[in-house]
Amino acid sequence: MSFLEVLYFIIPSAIFYATPLIFTGIGALFSERSGVIGLGVEGLMVIGAFTGIYVNLEYYDTFGHNVIWIAILAALVAGAIFSLLIAVAAITFRADQTVIGVAINLLALALTVFLVKLIYQKGQTDMIEAPIRRFEIPYLSDIPFLGPLLFHDVYSVSILAFIVAIGAWFVLYKMPFGLRLRSVGEHPMAADTMGINVARTRYIAVMISGALAGVGGAVFAQTIPLDFSATTITGQGFIAIAAMIFGKWNPLGTLGAALFFGLAQTLSNGGGSIPYIQDIPLVILQILPYVLTILALAGFIGKATSPKAVGIPYVKGKR
Amino acid sequence: MNSRVVNILVPVISIIIGLIVGAIVMLVSGYDPVQGYIALWEGIFGDSYSIGNTIRQITPYILAGLAVAFAFRTGLFNIGVEGQLLMGWLAAAWVGYAVDLPRIIHLPLALLAAAAAGAFWAFLVGFLKARFNVHEVISSIMLNYTALYVMNAIIKQITDGGYKTETVAETATLRWQWLRDITDNSSLHLGIIVALLMVLLMWFILEKTTRGYELKSVGFNHHASEYAGMSVKKNIILAMTISGVFAGLAGAMEALGTYQNASIKAAMSGIGFDGIAVALLGANTPLGVVFGASLFGSLKYGALNMPNAAGIPEEIVSIIIALIIFFVASGYIIRVVLEKMGKKKEAK
Repeated sequence: MSFLEVLYFIIPSAIFYATPLIFTGIGALFSERSGVIGLGVEGLMVIGAFTGIYVNLEYYDTFGHNVIWIAILAALVAGAIFSLLIAVAAITFRADQTVIGVAINLLALALTVFLVKLIYQKGQTDMIEAPIRRFEIPYLSDIPFLGPLLFHDVYSVSILAFIVAIGAWFVLYKMPFGLRLRSVGEHPMAADTMGINVARTRYIAVMISGALAGVGGAVFAQTIPLDFSATTITGQGFIAIAAMIFGKWNPLGTLGAALFFGLAQTLSNGGGSIPYIQDIPLVILQILPYVLTILALAGFIGKATSPKAVGIPYVKGKR
Repeated sequence: MNSRVVNILVPVISIIIGLIVGAIVMLVSGYDPVQGYIALWEGIFGDSYSIGNTIRQITPYILAGLAVAFAFRTGLFNIGVEGQLLMGWLAAAWVGYAVDLPRIIHLPLALLAAAAAGAFWAFLVGFLKARFNVHEVISSIMLNYTALYVMNAIIKQITDGGYKTETVAETATLRWQWLRDITDNSSLHLGIIVALLMVLLMWFILEKTTRGYELKSVGFNHHASEYAGMSVKKNIILAMTISGVFAGLAGAMEALGTYQNASIKAAMSGIGFDGIAVALLGANTPLGVVFGASLFGSLKYGALNMPNAAGIPEEIVSIIIALIIFFVASGYIIRVVLEKMGKKKEAK
């Protein structure tokens, strides 16, 4: 392979692998910036993946290929509803948020596999007939270099992911709602004094995280495994959390980190055919996202600091 | 109601609500919950074979629960038991087949290797927290996946591309024919004794040693401990390392007892995460962990009987376990309700 051919293979593939991470990472970010730990996104992705595959299988005959959008929409709603469990426990019941995250992850996996067995009488679903397909953007793909690099094998959901990330940045940093959300995550008492409803803001943030993680799960399931079983989502949610931290709790940083982790995944999956990369042991590429996250937190790659009030339930009138 | 009673009531009420919601889920799904729970009971206590395997299932849960509980008592959340367990699993399996020694040395050596591997993996978390202020929850989650891939890579390396190591030697196995004979050839092994010894050890460290007192005190209030002249950083690292010893031994139970080897894994074993549930239910005390592990281990093993005996997917039990954790963690609201009920009674 020539260098250009390698690039034309790696870059679209990295964006492809990054797409579900972007949705889920931005979801986790909304939750954490409001002060609620986002560990449950792994489970919310499971819910999204199951819902997406279920809707795709059941309604393909009705909607044809457009069913992928119906499936993503259903996963969005399912994720938002399921995340209410996190919200109620973490915000109203003042539960330990890390434990709730673990419980939600266990519950989501158990519940969806239970439902698969109930509906299909077997441990995994059939393959979907309408996966999310890539397409070529006319005119733009004719641009030399950039065309084959960015516009030749595009997934519509990837474009959507970029829009979500940039939109999240706009909402969080340029809109009053975003300012309120961030203030609730940094200093809830000050926010409360200024008349911001802390509990309501956190409920909304957690539900946004549920919706986006649900979309992330549905996008992942409909592009890569194309079915649903107990091992469809194994750690993608946690990589998304890693991307959020590596991106320093900033939407654009998260976008960049997700793209970088997508690159690592591309290299670990398809690196065998790429010169130089094939000499790196596979395990190095597999553990790269996790090790980098630890290094980022340790301060070797710029300091990553979490929102101040993350994980602490807000109790009115308590100093 | 005094706080001691409430502390015991919260987990009990959580278990009851969990079982009730589980029954509702079965009912809504068109299954018979009574039959389901009978099948579950039969799967746990039905015959000596089931009892043997149930105890085998409880064994790693006790150790994983101890690992989480010990860290909790010292103010740390060890969500990385899963990774430490995998490292212990690999180390025990490797020492178990690769060296040739008499049983009296070989078995302890394999256990020690597992403990050391788990301890090292947890030490990293403690060191990162003490030295660089990296939150232990994040670093240990990252190390879980690192452990998974590293373990798979090492197994591939030492077996020339195979997917599981050789079976551990007769001199390193925790299996004991007598135990299998009295339980109708179940896979019950000596590990339960190791686990119970560790329960004693944790109790001894926390309640009877100066170091244990320091560890607990750092967990309660690290500012006060620092002021009293204790080294907070040293205690954080030590606490994580001891927690990792328990987790590594949990891996040894799987390597030397249940599976007799280590194999390449597509996903986490789940024991580490269930350990969080065990510790939480047992209020982070050594004896409580035994109860928690007994409950969740029994439920997990008994569930395997549900598809055959009642036609219900065994995942129903995982749903119930997740719900129990959910309710125990939401203990605040249960406490509020209990207090209100207590006040009403007093008013009468």
